[in-house]
Amino acid sequence: MKKLLFVLFFLSISLVKAQDYFPTNSGVKTTKSNLIAFINATIYVTPDLIIQNSTLLVKDGKVAEVGKSVKIPEGAKIIDLKDKTIYPSFIDLYSDFGIAKPKSTPSNSRTTQYEAEREGYYWNDHIRPETNPIEDFKFDDKKTKELLEAGFGTVNTHLQDGIIRGNGLLVALNPNTTNAYRILNIKSAQYLSFSKSVQSKQLYPSSKMGAMALLRQVYLDANWYAKGNMKNKDFALEVLNQNKNLVQIFETGDHLDAVRADKVGDEFGIQYTIVGSGDEFERINDIKKTNATFIIPIDFTSPYDVSNHLLAEQISLRDMRRWNQDPSNLLTLEKNKVTFALTTHKLKSLANFHKNLQKAIEYGFDKKAALASLTTIPAKIIGNSSLGNLNKGSFANFIITSGDVFDASSTIHENWVQGEQNIINDMNIKDITGDYMLAVNGKNYDFSITGKGAKQAGTIKLEDKKISSKFSFQNDWIEITLDDEGYTRLMGKIINAANVMEGSAFDTKGNKTSWSASKKVAKEEAKKKDEKSSDKEIVVMPVSFPNVGFGNYTQPKSESILIKNVTVWTSEDEGILENTDVLLKDGKIAKIGKNLSVKGIVEIDGTGKHLTAGIIDEHSHIATSAVNEGAHNSSAEVTIEDVVDPTDINIYRNISGGTTTAQILHGSANPIGGRSAIIKLKWGENAENMIYNNSPKFIKFALGENVKQSRSTNGTRFPQSRMGVEQVFVDYFTRAKEYETLKKSGQPFRKDIEMETLLEILNGERFISCHSYVQSEINMLIKVAEKFNFKINTFTHILEGYKVADKMAKHGVGGSTFSDWWAYKYEVIDAIPYNAAIMHNAGVTVAINSDDREVSRRLNQEAAKTVKYGGMSELEAWKMVTINPAKLLHIDDKVGSIKEGKEADVVLWNNHPMSIYAKVEKTIIEGKVFFDLKEDLEKREAIKEEKGKIINMMLKEKMGGAKTQVPVKREDRNFHCDTLEELKS
Amino acid sequence: MMKNIFKTLLIFAFVGNILAQQTPASKQITAFSIEGATAHLGNGKIIENSLIMFADGKITFVGSAMTKIARMGTTIKAEGKHIYPGFIALDATLGLVEIDAVKASDDESEIGIMNPHVRSLIAYNAESKLVESMRPNGVLMAQITPKGGAISGTSSIVQLDAWNFEDASIKTDDAIHLNWPGSFTSGRWWLGEDPALKPNSEYPKNIDKINSFLTDAKHYNSVKSDIKHLPLAATKGLFDGSQKLYIHVNGQKEITDAINISKELGIKNLVIVRGEGAEKVTDLLISNNIPVILSRPHRNPNSEDDAYDDTYTIAKNLIEKGVLVGIGMEGQMDRMNTRNLPFYAGTFAAFGVEKEKAVQMITGDAAKILGIDAFAGTLEVGKDATLFISDGDALDMRTNQISDAYIQGRKISLETHQTTLWKRYSNKFKAE
Repeated sequence: MKKLLFVLFFLSISLVKAQDYFPTNSGVKTTKSNLIAFINATIYVTPDLIIQNSTLLVKDGKVAEVGKSVKIPEGAKIIDLKDKTIYPSFIDLYSDFGIAKPKSTPSNSRTTQYEAEREGYYWNDHIRPETNPIEDFKFDDKKTKELLEAGFGTVNTHLQDGIIRGNGLLVALNPNTTNAYRILNIKSAQYLSFSKSVQSKQLYPSSKMGAMALLRQVYLDANWYAKGNMKNKDFALEVLNQNKNLVQIFETGDHLDAVRADKVGDEFGIQYTIVGSGDEFERINDIKKTNATFIIPIDFTSPYDVSNHLLAEQISLRDMRRWNQDPSNLLTLEKNKVTFALTTHKLKSLANFHKNLQKAIEYGFDKKAALASLTTIPAKIIGNSSLGNLNKGSFANFIITSGDVFDASSTIHENWVQGEQNIINDMNIKDITGDYMLAVNGKNYDFSITGKGAKQAGTIKLEDKKISSKFSFQNDWIEITLDDEGYTRLMGKIINAANVMEGSAFDTKGNKTSWSASKKVAKEEAKKKDEKSSDKEIVVMPVSFPNVGFGNYTQPKSESILIKNVTVWTSEDEGILENTDVLLKDGKIAKIGKNLSVKGIVEIDGTGKHLTAGIIDEHSHIATSAVNEGAHNSSAEVTIEDVVDPTDINIYRNISGGTTTAQILHGSANPIGGRSAIIKLKWGENAENMIYNNSPKFIKFALGENVKQSRSTNGTRFPQSRMGVEQVFVDYFTRAKEYETLKKSGQPFRKDIEMETLLEILNGERFISCHSYVQSEINMLIKVAEKFNFKINTFTHILEGYKVADKMAKHGVGGSTFSDWWAYKYEVIDAIPYNAAIMHNAGVTVAINSDDREVSRRLNQEAAKTVKYGGMSELEAWKMVTINPAKLLHIDDKVGSIKEGKEADVVLWNNHPMSIYAKVEKTIIEGKVFFDLKEDLEKREAIKEEKGKIINMMLKEKMGGAKTQVPVKREDRNFHCDTLEELKS
Repeated sequence: MMKNIFKTLLIFAFVGNILAQQTPASKQITAFSIEGATAHLGNGKIIENSLIMFADGKITFVGSAMTKIARMGTTIKAEGKHIYPGFIALDATLGLVEIDAVKASDDESEIGIMNPHVRSLIAYNAESKLVESMRPNGVLMAQITPKGGAISGTSSIVQLDAWNFEDASIKTDDAIHLNWPGSFTSGRWWLGEDPALKPNSEYPKNIDKINSFLTDAKHYNSVKSDIKHLPLAATKGLFDGSQKLYIHVNGQKEITDAINISKELGIKNLVIVRGEGAEKVTDLLISNNIPVILSRPHRNPNSEDDAYDDTYTIAKNLIEKGVLVGIGMEGQMDRMNTRNLPFYAGTFAAFGVEKEKAVQMITGDAAKILGIDAFAGTLEVGKDATLFISDGDALDMRTNQISDAYIQGRKISLETHQTTLWKRYSNKFKAE
């Protein structure tokens, strides 16, 4: 294909203009009248107001008049837009247009940076509200061209760097003027995210929960600063306070992050506008509940190349579904009445913007909503009523199209910004596409022309064989060179409304003949269209909760269940009850007895089976997006409750092993860790529903090798020895006491989340679960607690607990230990599997925990090991994974045993629960069956079937020429206490 | 509870001298006759109310206690108890590392790619605290395997009650261990690399390297050479059939390549270790008589969509098709977990493997895989008297209570560093 026509892109008659009060030295002062009337057009004044056959009058970059009976003033330039449509130009609110992201400077230093680099600003370098990108803004002509082609007229741009990123700039995409005119607002919004700045190596925050805690503290400090309580200047807080009333736009990575961001905002009365990620459909109810306005990207997952089955096997159903379901996201948002704007953010190529939007519309997304999400809604978000519509007085930012802008067959001809013309596809170029019969040299060729505007191109075939040819056209003239047993040159005119072409041809020998081409009857076209539409039957796989393999399509309902004639392990004084019936009703254990009978409810025959309370894991790291905020030696401000991840398959695997409750603990990177989440493993529920109601408050402390960075090559943070660990505690508790004194005095005080948390500990409102190994450190922490008059609740791991079991019993602290781990590091050299038994015998409440997603799915076996090692009775052994951890977690009034009135968290086993041969048949939480062996088998089949279907669909895409991506295997992250993750920047 | 305490006290009383722990038992002088127990022979068979006798380190009688035959030496009444052949841990690293996180205690791998000449046996610490902790669980023999590189080195098989590596060894330099490359590769996310799993373009090249090394080795060992080449010379046993080649490999394509290439080279005895995907190439395995050593079942399934019990049911799936299957120790914290070997077998049994077959996996079949079945692995006359008495089912945590254990007829101590501490602190609190 050869383009003869140049796209005259920035075809504008106006020169770059200077502000009118600027001196002129290049000639005489000229004032141009800029009055243009667009007549006979269909005009979308707003998505709701469409006027046919109307006039748009533009003056000085603004809409002067619009309507059917606009009087055209004299001297106005008139452009006839018969059969053409005018829309307001689009607005993109999430952009880095014209603002280069600073490069991260690789650091040669091997030491970790704990402090901020800047002076006079907030203590954390990732809080940069003072960033005003106007100083570094460079209007990007290349990007402008792409955006104009896609129909955009305005972008709100900002520096995409940091947690608080500073303000945005509202820029009209007008290449024909200067920043003085096209920057509409130099402080248009404030941007935030969960990503760190690349401009500083300051380690904190190293996790998402750290970022959330940091934001909270920033808001508290900003308030404290605003009241004039800070002795120093803080330029970051100062600007943050100044920008308080700007719209706050928060970029998030997935639907879980969207809810997390919203939660932080709500706590401070801020409603963020949330930049989503395109996966909102996975948890649409949670998205809706945020009440936030969203900015949604449409970078749909491309199909995977599944032709190699060994590779294809590696792709999870979760990822396969994303390809299938992504295009339905906008429809889902619309149906659920979520207000959202669209953004080009994340799109690798702007060319995909319309393609993807058309796809979403094919999937049912409403065109009117589409237009609103690109015009009026973003205008409203940014608070600018003269954008996104063509009412009188608004900016003359509009596109001229050949038809429906969301239709693949339509063309955007022009995109006017601030009353300046930008030609995209010259509307004077005829549309000559179609299938023709070309007659030349006594032969009949098939000649088809496809494409848009100047990009129209022709291909020639003879009896289905492609003939090499070159094609070009300009105005009404067409030129063809074809190579069929020698070259023939054709030149001719397009006549008769493009249905016929004719002209003269010169064959190889230079003999002149004539040629003609006539358009084939439209019948075939219609047929083709039919084929195409039947071809494109849209199948969207249903969304499950979570939207992964083994997810639930509907959540289990609480039912009344009667389990008959079963062996009941009560974990109470009653011990084991043979041949007993247990009635579960309204989510509670309603009755335990013999020969119970209730009509019309689900009955399960428990003959030969065992029923136990659900297993409780005191120490787990599943179902979380983060484990450690290890960048400070205390991180009491962070909480795992912020980052619970309900999509983790380990939740399902844990219930398949009878575990129903887990304390998700912060890691052990620092002496004072973060707060815990105590969750029920209600697979399919959201994070909020998994976390216990009125959950007891817990915090992780840690001692020993991990906190003193023993195996770190660049450990420089205090403490580096067990001696220092003690001082960290003494220091923090001393400060907390001082904080309390000030707080109680009635004087103003700076609210400090970390100190508030420590105060809760001192006041017995928050419990410590402390990671501990050797006897000296255990003894030390007991003494520190006693000095400050509180009690340690639990020592977790506590592998040398057996050496100080008497001291533990005296202090009243519980022990939650591994059954038999040892020898993996120096401080566990004396760890013994008899630990649980010795502590128990000394009167300590003992639990067996996992600290491992694999161990946590067979804690029954780990409990059984205490029978082997140390001779625990089976009843006591079983308590170590049920009622004992419940006691340690202060939830023994709700769960941990089979007792009338307690929550119906029970497990049905096919065998003695501590037998190596035991298998879980059903796991019931609050009377709802969350795991069932039979259903599990059905789910396996369903996964196989659905993958098969999607693989076929992907193969079809690939064979049809679609671009595919290489298979990606989901990285399975195995979180442990000492997992150090890195928050991305 | 009381009963259990009583039981443990009995064990104490029986073992007697606490100081005796760790000291290897001396040569069997008196014969033993164990009477009345359920004998699990290790070949799938059970004898209820059995009589097992052994003298001079060898089993002399295996039969029913009803048999009218003179009891030799000391008679142990073991009614209600169970006798098993000593459990055998495959692909273990006991004695090569003491504390995982302490580099100075780590001797499990060498630098370099092709290290068949590197021998695990000489680094084997017979006095490791981990080694002694195996015995109270019935694990009495282990294949000590070097790690790292493409060819990690040469393993040896030891019994777990010895003064040094020489008297520990029951088969020296039994096998060479090869880590087969993967045909797929993915970036390391923690270094910011693309985690996409892609065909490994280096795979053919990596195979070539192995192939050409082994081809050189074959040639070297078939002609007389004046200049000694230690790595090539170390592989001699692969070609004369005296040593086995253990190929640590995952993936059906990789397993197929590994078997075909090794066979072409004339390597006679192959064992597949890890073997994810082996269930898809069982025909190839069976027709070539190649056993598979599965990884420990107590690990998570490979992918998100895998069934929760995928790592539990794999043994059944292979055994059903006729593959000889053992259990290997490779994985996280493998040394301290090696004592859980009986419970791995138990877990396989819970998910479809017949119980005696599960016992066989870690006794008779393990010995067969290792090539020591002529003298170990089962309770049969003439074999080493390496066996133990358990109060109950030794595959179950609750009943794996071992009262007596013998290695080559020597009655070994069941004390460990851990039992010492247990008693020391139990007594401390009792006294207070």
